[in-house]
Amino acid sequence: MSQPTDIWKDEPQTGLKWQALVLLAVTLVLLFLLDIGLGSVRIPLADTVNVLLGKGVENEAWEAIILKIRLPRSVTAILVGAALSIGGLQMQTLFRNPLAGPSVLGITAGASLGVAAVMLAAGSVTTVFSIRQLDLGGSWLIILAATIGAALVLLVILAISFRIKDNVVMLIVGIMVANITIAIVSVWQYFSDPEQIQEYILWTFGSLGGVTNQQLGALSIIVLAGVLFTFLLSKTLNALLLGENYAQSMGLNIRRSRILIIAVTSLLAGSITGFCGPIGFVGIAVPHLTRSFLNTSDHRVLIPSCVLVGGILMLLCDIISQVPGSQTVLPVNAITAMIGSPIVIWIIVKRRNLKSSF
Amino acid sequence: MKLLKTILNTKGLAAGYGSGPKLKEVLSGLDLDLKQGELTCLLGPNGSGKSTLIRTLTGIQKALNGEVAIGGKAVRDYTQKELARKVSMVLTDRQAPGNLTAFALVSLGRFPYTGWMGTLTQADKKLIRWAMEVTGTVPFANRHIGELSDGERQKVMIARALVQDTDLIILDEPTAHLDLPNRMEIFHLLLELAHSSGKAILLSTHEMDMALTHADRLWLVHQQSISAGVPEDLVLAGMLEAAFTRERLTFDYEAGGFKASRKSDLPAIHVTGPAALQKWTRNALERKGYPIEPGAQLHVIAKGTRQAATWELAGASTTYQNIEELLISIDSKNEENN
Repeated sequence: MSQPTDIWKDEPQTGLKWQALVLLAVTLVLLFLLDIGLGSVRIPLADTVNVLLGKGVENEAWEAIILKIRLPRSVTAILVGAALSIGGLQMQTLFRNPLAGPSVLGITAGASLGVAAVMLAAGSVTTVFSIRQLDLGGSWLIILAATIGAALVLLVILAISFRIKDNVVMLIVGIMVANITIAIVSVWQYFSDPEQIQEYILWTFGSLGGVTNQQLGALSIIVLAGVLFTFLLSKTLNALLLGENYAQSMGLNIRRSRILIIAVTSLLAGSITGFCGPIGFVGIAVPHLTRSFLNTSDHRVLIPSCVLVGGILMLLCDIISQVPGSQTVLPVNAITAMIGSPIVIWIIVKRRNLKSSF
Repeated sequence: MKLLKTILNTKGLAAGYGSGPKLKEVLSGLDLDLKQGELTCLLGPNGSGKSTLIRTLTGIQKALNGEVAIGGKAVRDYTQKELARKVSMVLTDRQAPGNLTAFALVSLGRFPYTGWMGTLTQADKKLIRWAMEVTGTVPFANRHIGELSDGERQKVMIARALVQDTDLIILDEPTAHLDLPNRMEIFHLLLELAHSSGKAILLSTHEMDMALTHADRLWLVHQQSISAGVPEDLVLAGMLEAAFTRERLTFDYEAGGFKASRKSDLPAIHVTGPAALQKWTRNALERKGYPIEPGAQLHVIAKGTRQAATWELAGASTTYQNIEELLISIDSKNEENN
């Protein structure tokens, strides 16, 4: 046997694809700067960089715009992209279904229910504005409500998944549970005051701009913790790629893994949905884009890559939603779907390796 | 012969599924053992409880009665992690993630040993390399699972089980989706592995011919129980015939397989000649419905070698160049008589 020697020498099989990661990271930084640089007020690139580096600029308004509005917004975009992508990746691996994602399986709907509960039920005390004016305490309340809502729906789905082995059936169940959740919110809205409904509806459009600097701290901690925790689960997720039976035969505790994965996903998707509204599409699309791009299913590579690709995609959507050169700002929720769906269709048609990933 | 170590044994084991009033016992009273260095085939018709037994042996399913012990310790006393170092499996689940390379998939077999990141040590890599070499999967180590044929993929799954470094490997219908050459290759590979590595290998199958030629021992499912033994002993004792018996099938003890038994009013034929020619002549005649009986009045004599064969009917002068001509002649004679 002489031919095998080369294969073992450089071992590209499981190693991290550093070049790809570096490429993605550079793209992310460039888009981050672009996102901050663009907006309804024109600020020269050099000044933008100076502000970001902590050097003063002559125009104080520029500094305020960049540090108080644009920077939090861009950071939020990256957090949203990262959190939803990681959530989607875990759902796709857990359910072994390419259509799984936080929004499809009703996790986003569950988070909406949690937010609706806070916004609509508590009456005048906790409207959106009062929540936004509340500092940390209020933001934790929203995160908590959204996460509990998301976890509730996921627990229902999980309970049903113990009885159902078929992935397609599981997915349909997930969609139905999402519908029930949405229906509950509708009934709730029907009996609520118009002002509250309006605020709730505005929330459903999705927004990256509503997160204050203080709230951003809370959100960052949660997303960072969630992503790190997911990375710790990468060996578990890899084992699950072979299916639960194989994973079990290799000594994986299936029940505990399921609960952990679902807990992290509801935390990630729930908190993002709480602050930025139900942002669809990213959770499903980014894992596919990443797998296509890197041509691997190894979660040790996929998790960091999904964070980067998710961030890139959300920054791109944010740039487009602000319609550079105009005063208009479109709801980001519409942009993610409008821009992202064709990309996914294109990739799937071109690469045709979507199905073979599961 | 040296004494082989027992890897797995069962005492009064009963396997089944369901609970309460729906409880269904599929197999019972099982006293079985698996020895190191032996390939054991769990043979039985579809639906006879092979998968249920495998799930029970590996603790995935609770035993209804009795006990399973691996390495002298009851399976239910193992933690899942400990058990993963004792038994590895190749399952019927066909879905495999296409975006993993064969190497990455095989290396997943180190799961019970690696740290939280799944990082491979030099020793791990050496073991993976050995497993891929003995299974012949090195040439496609870098190819993605989705691009492999069913046979290649099954070999990768076997390599993965080897890498798990267990005394016992259990395979559930490993050749179910494969064509004949691949089936033979897999059986041969498993037999060689059992003999060379000293692992105990148990595989379930409903393919009698494969099991008869490759198994060191058979576990034959029969009437909700299992008869264990060397395949040839079971055949001669008539166990195989009993286990697989169907109304229209009879067991051919010379050929080692079942054949369709049909009532025929055609005359019996006696065939003589070189072994290979005899076999294929009989094959053709039996298909046409002629019973083969030594000493029958109608006597076909095959002559020559496989490359240059001729056939004659005893007492007639015509020589036939191939079996087709022979059959036409016998058929037409038979019709005249009626």
